[in-house]
Amino acid sequence: MILGASTFVEGVNNAFLFILVIAVIIGTGITLTMLWFIYRYHQKRHPKAVQIKDSISLEITWTVIPIILVMGMFYYGYVGWIPMKRPPAEGINVTANARMWSFNFRYENGRVSDKLYVPKDTAIIINLNAMDVLHSFYIPAFRLKEDMVPGLANNRTWFEATKVGTYTIFCAEYCGLQHSYMLSEVVVMEPEDFWAWYEDPDAMVVEVTEDVNLALLGRQVVERNGCLACHSLDGRTLVGPTFKGRYGETITVITGGQERQIIYDEEYVRRSIYEPDHDITVGFRPGQMLSYEGEITEQEVEFITEFIKSLNE
Amino acid sequence: MSASTATASEHVSFLEYKGKYKGILGWILSTDHKRVGLLYLYTMLVFFSLAATLGLLMKLQLIAPGYTIMGPQTYNAMFTVHGIIMIFVIVVPGLPAVFGNFFLPLMIGAKDVAFPKLNLASWWIYIIGILVVLSSQFVGGWPDTGWTFYAPYSFRTPANVLPALFGAFILGFSSILTGINFVVTIHRMRAPGMTWFKMPLFPWTLYATAWIQVLATPVIGITLLLTVMERVWGIGIFDPNLGGDPILYQHLFWIYSHPAVYIMILPGLGVISEIIPVFSRKRIYGYKAIVLSSLAIAFVGYFVWGHHMFTSGMSGRALFAFSFLTFLVAIPSAIKVFNWVATMYKGSLNLQTPFYWAVSFIFVFMVGGFSGLTLGSLAANVHIHDTHFVVAHFHFIVFGGTGFSFMAALHYWFSKMFGRMYDRGWANTGWVVFFAGFLTLYLPMFGLGMQGMPRRYYDYLPEFHAGNIISSLGAILMIAGAAIVIVNLVRSARHGEKTSEKNPWGGKTLEWETDTPPTFENWEDIPSVEERPYEYK
Repeated sequence: MILGASTFVEGVNNAFLFILVIAVIIGTGITLTMLWFIYRYHQKRHPKAVQIKDSISLEITWTVIPIILVMGMFYYGYVGWIPMKRPPAEGINVTANARMWSFNFRYENGRVSDKLYVPKDTAIIINLNAMDVLHSFYIPAFRLKEDMVPGLANNRTWFEATKVGTYTIFCAEYCGLQHSYMLSEVVVMEPEDFWAWYEDPDAMVVEVTEDVNLALLGRQVVERNGCLACHSLDGRTLVGPTFKGRYGETITVITGGQERQIIYDEEYVRRSIYEPDHDITVGFRPGQMLSYEGEITEQEVEFITEFIKSLNE
Repeated sequence: MSASTATASEHVSFLEYKGKYKGILGWILSTDHKRVGLLYLYTMLVFFSLAATLGLLMKLQLIAPGYTIMGPQTYNAMFTVHGIIMIFVIVVPGLPAVFGNFFLPLMIGAKDVAFPKLNLASWWIYIIGILVVLSSQFVGGWPDTGWTFYAPYSFRTPANVLPALFGAFILGFSSILTGINFVVTIHRMRAPGMTWFKMPLFPWTLYATAWIQVLATPVIGITLLLTVMERVWGIGIFDPNLGGDPILYQHLFWIYSHPAVYIMILPGLGVISEIIPVFSRKRIYGYKAIVLSSLAIAFVGYFVWGHHMFTSGMSGRALFAFSFLTFLVAIPSAIKVFNWVATMYKGSLNLQTPFYWAVSFIFVFMVGGFSGLTLGSLAANVHIHDTHFVVAHFHFIVFGGTGFSFMAALHYWFSKMFGRMYDRGWANTGWVVFFAGFLTLYLPMFGLGMQGMPRRYYDYLPEFHAGNIISSLGAILMIAGAAIVIVNLVRSARHGEKTSEKNPWGGKTLEWETDTPPTFENWEDIPSVEERPYEYK
């Protein structure tokens, strides 16, 4: 098993190890017995088989002993699992949003992040929200997994991290083309570091002054919202068109079934974010992207536009 | 029928028998259960080769992180088609369709199955189903949903899912009709004197399997049809955007697909129960225990589907019950293993290729079973669900279980089917290479799953590289082994040493009393049975 960093680890590991130990003992025992019989009763060494009568008591023995063992396995599995189903009343609430193919996390104070920042030794209650298809919220280091089901209300899970560090979050339920790239990280911090991050005023409102690099801010927005799962920065074609070298060009799109030529400008960027299926660049499929209305602000659209512009250089 | 024609047909094997049609029509329109069995065998050989090649290409893609030999869309389509073909075309029909058709009437002393025309119709429906599944290659590209077609992705994907769904729906009918045929055959056509508890164990497992086929398959049929309707007309059963419930889909899917696992494995358990006593020269230990455990598996197997959904968002109470029942279903399998090993005790073991396959079957079946217990445990499941651990587990059970027993059966009954013997040296070499490759391929996947590598992964983080390299090399080795085995058998079926020996292994069941290969309608006089099977003295 890999390293563990949550309060669930012990219960899961115990359930696992209990089965593993029994499996190794019995499995090895049966295998060696078979091999011994194959050697000992090979027809060269044992030319005449000895017929043996069935024994009811033997059948009962090897029925009852496995039943006892599997009930033990069931018990350890149950005990290790019960805490997962009982989130504490108090804790930090975070909504995890999943879409094809990225996660983001929204805190109660409105802060949104593409990584899950949490304090150590505190209960974190995660509201699981799938926006398109099934996803699954999986943190191996925490022994935590729960499917994210579109349309399922009050779908929650929780954990309490025990070690400071950064751990991978995987999507464990197959969700299409870029499923294996749907990753994020949970960053476990000392509580004081976490609260400093959480209440960081700079993160909330961006005051645009002369010396703020808008393109850099745009890059952060793009990364935070998982845009790069489908749009490359280096000209490669992924699920959607690349961001590189397009700004200001004339492009051919399909709007309402009609092909037309438009200029790649800020208006186009805004429409592509809020109404992704309105103009589909020729050669790409509609229906792949959900609208980011309510998730990406008008101001952030400006930043993204500046960022895309900067890629022309 | 005059005496002279009776003598003539006595010596004409079913392979050379001239019926109403000649050439290939004599096969594809034949209602002889033996020819139908071989039709299934040849069909499966072709599609197994295709799906195994897809599997090998997937493992080659995974030999290193990033793009190796294909892009993600191709990869996703490949694991989908690999799964659909392997499950619906190979392992679900699997042993019943090939060996059940060929040997059930022989083993119970019947001239054919109860409904020979229906039996041929099953094969035709099977072929139509396969063609419909594969037609997506030419209309809109292969599906990319995984063989489980989970909602709502199966409605959102732009790939063409309909042919696969509809094809699997059609294949279900083939399965149901074969099931009905076997139930009636076993009830009505056993030889005089063959009471239920004098019936050999392979027919017993076919009987248990047939009931699952008849009772569970309609559930997947209706589910697939609803999915087709949802995709075409948006009727709103499973899609949450239309007020449907994606978890309902999972319930319906697994209500069939879990019992289907027992459709796959039970006949395999039956084959092993035939082979172990014959090559041990011993009465099977615990005949009744093995029979009852088969029925118990078939019954309890209906009530454990929820263990595929431990992290789906079901209520805690349901999870508790499903986990408990899952542990119970392990018991009958354990009983079988103990009885097989006890059968070898003080036997006189004749180490032949079928026996090697059978013994290695017991090993892989145990590994698969124990890993299944881990998955049945609520706490452990949360960590390893939907990871490579699951992939390893079901390949040990489905490919290890069904595949090894299929190979055991093929080597066991080969001379009876073809009137020729295979090259034993190559057969054993193939087994060694295949077995070594199998373990190298699938054992590292357990480790990858425990590390946290999800399944259906086109690409992976560098920390998973080591396990994947070993696994991919194992795939190459295993495919080499499979190639040796298959080439040897195909070659031997055509050019192998001719034999008309009725009973090369000294078996005690009725199929060994027929000619090799059997004649059309098998028997001149229906045999009568007095003893229990496997009565070695």
